[in-house]
Amino acid sequence: MSTRKEEANFAKSDQFNLTMLPGKFAIGLRTCKIFQLFRFVVINIKMLIVVSKSH
Amino acid sequence: MSRLIIMGGGVSGHTAATFAKKWLGDKHEVIVVTPNSQWNWIPSNIWVGVGQMTKEQVTFPLAPVYKKAKIDYKQAKAVSIHPNGKADNDDAYITIEYTEDGKVGQTEELGYDYLINATGPKLNFGATEGLGEGSNLGEHTVSVCTADHAEHASHELEKIFAKAKAGERQKILVGTGHGMCTCQGAAFEYIFNIEHEAKKAGVRDMIDIKWISNEAFLGDFGMGGLHMKVGGYAVSSKLFAESLFAERNVDWIIGAHVSKVEAGNIHYELLDGSTGEESFDFSMLIPPFAGVGLKAYDKAGEDITATIFAPNGFMKVDANYSAGAYENWKASDWPRTYQNPTFSNMFACGIAFAPPHIISKPMSSPNGTPINPTPPRTGMPSGIIGKAVAHSVCDLITKGDSAKLHEASMAEMGAACVASSGKGVFNGTAAAMTVYPVVPDFEKYPGTGRDTDYTFGEIGLAGHWIKHILHHLFIYKAKVKPGWTLIPE
Repeated sequence: MSTRKEEANFAKSDQFNLTMLPGKFAIGLRTCKIFQLFRFVVINIKMLIVVSKSH
Repeated sequence: MSRLIIMGGGVSGHTAATFAKKWLGDKHEVIVVTPNSQWNWIPSNIWVGVGQMTKEQVTFPLAPVYKKAKIDYKQAKAVSIHPNGKADNDDAYITIEYTEDGKVGQTEELGYDYLINATGPKLNFGATEGLGEGSNLGEHTVSVCTADHAEHASHELEKIFAKAKAGERQKILVGTGHGMCTCQGAAFEYIFNIEHEAKKAGVRDMIDIKWISNEAFLGDFGMGGLHMKVGGYAVSSKLFAESLFAERNVDWIIGAHVSKVEAGNIHYELLDGSTGEESFDFSMLIPPFAGVGLKAYDKAGEDITATIFAPNGFMKVDANYSAGAYENWKASDWPRTYQNPTFSNMFACGIAFAPPHIISKPMSSPNGTPINPTPPRTGMPSGIIGKAVAHSVCDLITKGDSAKLHEASMAEMGAACVASSGKGVFNGTAAAMTVYPVVPDFEKYPGTGRDTDYTFGEIGLAGHWIKHILHHLFIYKAKVKPGWTLIPE
């Protein structure tokens, strides 16, 4: 059985073993330019709301 | 004509000065007293620290900007405040000592009608044995707190990468250099930039990277952590941060007070009272912050520093400093107007104001060593508070003493934080976070203390692009270029 590359770090320390690691899909979304362009708009809107609520 | 003096020209002081001058116009005088000749966009020092930006890209000279804005600029450090004047004169004044070339050491008295203290922190390297002397960085570690420090860090890091390339295994240690540090975010961003650059340089396998911090848990960030909505769950930043570290194979030591730094080795004490040592080939440890050491005197020359300043050197404002035990802490303890309770013409903003207490849960080891982050007051809150304080002072000047003061409580204010690694447009990644409010309000938001609709975090290219844009936007704004007021703090 081969270990999935993105899960390999679970075995590297007890601390790592108790957290979560992103899978291929999550990593893919982080670098997908089209999805990230959409997230860029969403994050900016959210940040602007936070800024407007803070003044 | 009234005179407003702003001590400090960092994010908060510069924001206060530029807005005050804009609102007051030529009818009143605005003076900035700062020992620095350059303005520094500190968040981008991280990129300087890994050689991806130059010092010149994150700094610019203050003199031409203040000349354009018609702000009187004194390159000097404030030494003392005399709020009641002197024996033969009731007019309030401060004393300053010039740091400008050709005038170094010269002193002057400057009268004021209103005073804003935005002096920022003293980088208290001297608080940890071996970390440095006073506010000077020592020889064993590096820092990214100033552009010069970051440039030095970059050169030292280059040597580490060169050794790793030559086949010599290297160990990097990044984090906080004392049990009472703040600014974990800067160290957090730096460690991931190092990891990114090491990978890019093809030496990641030859470098062990470790995090050491005074946080009781990873993801505390000096704010007691935060909860964010991910995949339909409200999850703790602990899980978010631990995942980031595990994904990048960066091990961690938390709840640590670094007690001593030697060449290639640190000594630390943990929250359980145990002690340990950690070796390193390269280490960046953030120092604790303290007030800059301003003194205050009454008319007779008696020292009244303790009346105006808290023991840590930060200026007392309208906070509740007698909240007592953690169980009694409330969001309402946090200041709203930043007006000094003794002298109503004196305000503090940014790091210079004394917080009522920390935000994170107070912790100490069985040996009595306090090990907990102190509250972050940098970045967005710093700018917002600077603007609110400037607004209050301008209203007091133009509308009179009965003018209503503007408010900017950190318990009603959010903050955006982008920790980005890498510099390329498409090969970087960032953890983008917002938190609302910065100081949790458990009465308003039972459970997490925060509004989880506006407290979120996510990882990806999008945040990285935002970090790039923020760099250019804030430097543009600080240069008071056309439309600068449209860019929010």
